[in-house]
Amino acid sequence: MKISDVKELLDAEVLCGEENLGHDVFSACGCDMMSDVLAFAKDQAVLLTGLVNPQVVRTAEMMDMVCIVFVRSKRPSEAILKLAEASGIVVMATRVRMYEACGRLYINGLRGDKLKEHV
Amino acid sequence: MSEPLVFHFEVDVSDFTSAGTASVTVKKNLRQLGLPSDVIRKLSIAMYEGEINMVIHAEGGTADVIVTEEYIDIILKDHGPGIPDVDLAMQEGYSTATAQIHSLGFGAGMGLPNMKRYSDEMKIDTELGVGTTVTMRIWIR
Ligand SMILES: Nc1ncnc2c1ncn2[C@@H]1O[C@H](COP(=O)(O)OP(=O)(O)OP(=O)(O)O)[C@@H](O)[C@H]1O
Ligand SMILES: [Mg+2]
Repeated sequence: MKISDVKELLDAEVLCGEENLGHDVFSACGCDMMSDVLAFAKDQAVLLTGLVNPQVVRTAEMMDMVCIVFVRSKRPSEAILKLAEASGIVVMATRVRMYEACGRLYINGLRGDKLKEHV
Repeated sequence: MSEPLVFHFEVDVSDFTSAGTASVTVKKNLRQLGLPSDVIRKLSIAMYEGEINMVIHAEGGTADVIVTEEYIDIILKDHGPGIPDVDLAMQEGYSTATAQIHSLGFGAGMGLPNMKRYSDEMKIDTELGVGTTVTMRIWIR
């Protein structure tokens, strides 16, 4: 799916990176612990999180992720959005909670790990 | 690129929000140099984990990155408390992180093992009360 589909499915508001909504994404991970993202993520393009601090953007950047979704109505600060903009990362916010947000994306084809076969 | 390229950073701990700045800067520069993306990814994760450790477990210090044609060295030197038992610290899941660190999204005890996984060589020199120096090498070819 495209990043614009993520926005539609989560009824999300795009906060920065509008110009990259046309990018294709194949997998996502949902996590509040950046330690776990760094240790376990593998080529996931979208990060869903309820944690709001600049380390979320830096972690995404280190993992070559292209889109961050803040769940359950968390709002990032201007400073966080500036960092994301400088790295070309799309940031959006949704009222949907983590479990529900991951579920909506998953059933619509965005998997947890694009390298594995899903039956 | 016959002369090694050297980056030097002061890693400041007064403000957690700036932690990771050095790693982001190095990554952007290496991308511009056109290094292979898998090398950049390995370096990024290893250096970022190390930089975060310097901020949450130590009192900051310096980060140096040396890029040659064959390899990249990352030297992270802090003035923190030192690591009493390095073998224990290297174990997955071992962490002395406080609840405050957890609330920032870190402290799963995965950083050092992850640094080892993504670097090709890693060495930890540590002295209690003096500080810790982590040296990592990533081969380009
Ligand atoms: N630079 C350092 N100075 C002092 N102690 C350190 C340093 N780096 C790591 N440690 C110690 O080693 C432990 C394990 O480090 P590691 O990076 O693996 O996990 P963590 O930082 O606690 O959690 P995570 O990296 O998953 O966010 C730390 O909890 C800390 O006690
Ligand atoms: Mg760590």
